[in-house]
Amino acid sequence: MSMNRREFLKIAGISTIAGIGGTALAGGLRKGVLEAAQAAPNTDALTEKRWGIAIDMSKLKSEESIKRVTEACHRIHNVPDFSNTKDEVKWIWTETFEHSFPGQEHKFMAEDMKHKPFLLLCNHCDNPACVRVCPTKATFKRSDGIVMQDMHRCIGCRFCMAACPFGARSFNYKNPRLAKNLQEYMNPEFPTRTIGVVEKCTFCYERLAKGLKPACVEESNGALVFGDLDDPASEIRKILASKHTIRRKPELGTEPNIYYITGGNDYAVVPEIR
Amino acid sequence: MLEKALSGSKKYWTWIFILLVFIGIGTVNYLRQFQTGLTITGLSRDVSWGLYIGQFTFLVGVAASGVMLVLPYYLHNFKQFAKITILGEFLAVSAVIMCMLFIFVDMGQPMRVMNILLYPTPNSVMFWDAMVLSGYLALNIIIGWVVLGSDRKGIAPPKWVKPIIYLSIAWAPLIHTVTAFLYAGIPGRHFWLTAIMAARFLASAFSGGPALLIILALIIRKTTKFDPGKEAIQTLGKIVTYFMITNVFFLGLEFFTAFYSNIPGHMHPFKYLFAGLDGHAKLVPLMWTSVILAIASIALLIFPAVRRNESTLAIASAMVFISLWIDKGFGLIIGGFVPNMFEKVTEYWPTMPETLITIGVWAAGFLVLTILYKIAITVREETAGVEIEH
Repeated sequence: MSMNRREFLKIAGISTIAGIGGTALAGGLRKGVLEAAQAAPNTDALTEKRWGIAIDMSKLKSEESIKRVTEACHRIHNVPDFSNTKDEVKWIWTETFEHSFPGQEHKFMAEDMKHKPFLLLCNHCDNPACVRVCPTKATFKRSDGIVMQDMHRCIGCRFCMAACPFGARSFNYKNPRLAKNLQEYMNPEFPTRTIGVVEKCTFCYERLAKGLKPACVEESNGALVFGDLDDPASEIRKILASKHTIRRKPELGTEPNIYYITGGNDYAVVPEIR
Repeated sequence: MLEKALSGSKKYWTWIFILLVFIGIGTVNYLRQFQTGLTITGLSRDVSWGLYIGQFTFLVGVAASGVMLVLPYYLHNFKQFAKITILGEFLAVSAVIMCMLFIFVDMGQPMRVMNILLYPTPNSVMFWDAMVLSGYLALNIIIGWVVLGSDRKGIAPPKWVKPIIYLSIAWAPLIHTVTAFLYAGIPGRHFWLTAIMAARFLASAFSGGPALLIILALIIRKTTKFDPGKEAIQTLGKIVTYFMITNVFFLGLEFFTAFYSNIPGHMHPFKYLFAGLDGHAKLVPLMWTSVILAIASIALLIFPAVRRNESTLAIASAMVFISLWIDKGFGLIIGGFVPNMFEKVTEYWPTMPETLITIGVWAAGFLVLTILYKIAITVREETAGVEIEH
């Protein structure tokens, strides 16, 4: 078969388009294949249907105990510290009641509650807005409910940061490896990130795979209860069934999976009304 | 036809040189941003989109507005636009190129841009936006080039281009609707969560774009032998007037819903933009400039006598353009981020490198526009007096 230059270019062009389009189509048609494969599945791994955390605010009292929780997370995940809010990267941090639950505060609420430092982190929502908007599936949801972030695929468009109603996401405005704290100490077991990608809490997927609970839970002295929300017999479900809990911005329908126990023994009051 | 861009007057080359200087300055600053990261911009954890994405949003509107010349001519046989549909199409081409450049300079990992095609994600509006924008770019390049090429030879354009033209007419509102959906479908950002976002976008696009076209047409008449036509410019003036009124009306609707409902979350961004919130009021002067220019431009444009005078029409068009640039290219984005998700105020202001990169991208867009317009106008000058039915 003889072919002139024009025909060759035509065929080459069409094959390229077909190649790209085909990949796109095939990728779009395959559903639920986002689960990353593990080279050596660990039999001790904690595997559940839907992970969640209940935070008992009455047990999070001292500044030090909270600091221990946040620092443990940031330390093992090589979270850079640039000491300014503009370039800040954080996975878990605290805010007061009115900033954690905007619109829920009122003038007459207990001073103690008003100023309590609430631990904030990614809510690992059932319907995560961040996953919905990501143009490359760099952020995706695992079958155990963890909202993951693939820092090698992220293009740094920051659509997820605009979409997350909980402000759980941080962008690497600077090269994280140059942060002073990472120059001093770096956990060799967890990857560092490149500049220009988004990151956030991943519920310590790397610890779960080894059969360990998330670092924040471990450091919390029982204030954070981690468990399977799909298992009615789990400790977290028993807590949610017996205590009054609140979630951040439930009205948005993202179904956050972090619960806050704020009231102590709520249902024990005013028996005559019952 | 490209060769026509290679011969020009001294003024033409001076203009090209000036644009190249700004592109150069922008490039140097971009390389710095590429090296040190987006930390050199005014963006932060709380305000994670700013000037770049604002320009992108505004320019999608400019691109879509090309349809305001194409539609009346091809669907209503409005003859006065026959010779200038090409100006709309080539403006769309340069605007889309600017859009793409603004997205590119905003990315944290620009080298991974192809991930959008490698891992196509239909549930992401950004994926669709990339699709419709590249489609619109292709449509306008094909249509503009083919129709102009036929005009040059003095023959009617090939029949196959007609359906493509009709497709481009439907495609134009689509690109801006999809761009509005980037914002209007996000839970938790009260300022953006509004059903009339796409309608507002279209209204501002169809006033701001034609306003720019009026100014460009007047410049063309002054600097070349091609006259875009008095009647054509007058019609554009009417289009600007109607859509600017619609745009201000839509903005009024937003104010009504936010303040009559009295829902704090809905009122906060408006308060921040127009009055200041918790002592933060960086954008207030800018937003009021936009409002005053909008009202003043309408007050001028509604009088036919003012529109008929081309100098006052040009001034009013410039006012429309600047007002919309502030409103959409700046306020719209920042209002979505302030206050933040914790009801706290973090302010944003672009830095010098960020501004220079932005100017560089605009210069690149104007370079493309200049080259394309130079080609189109040279063809028009050569074929002056020849009428071809499209």
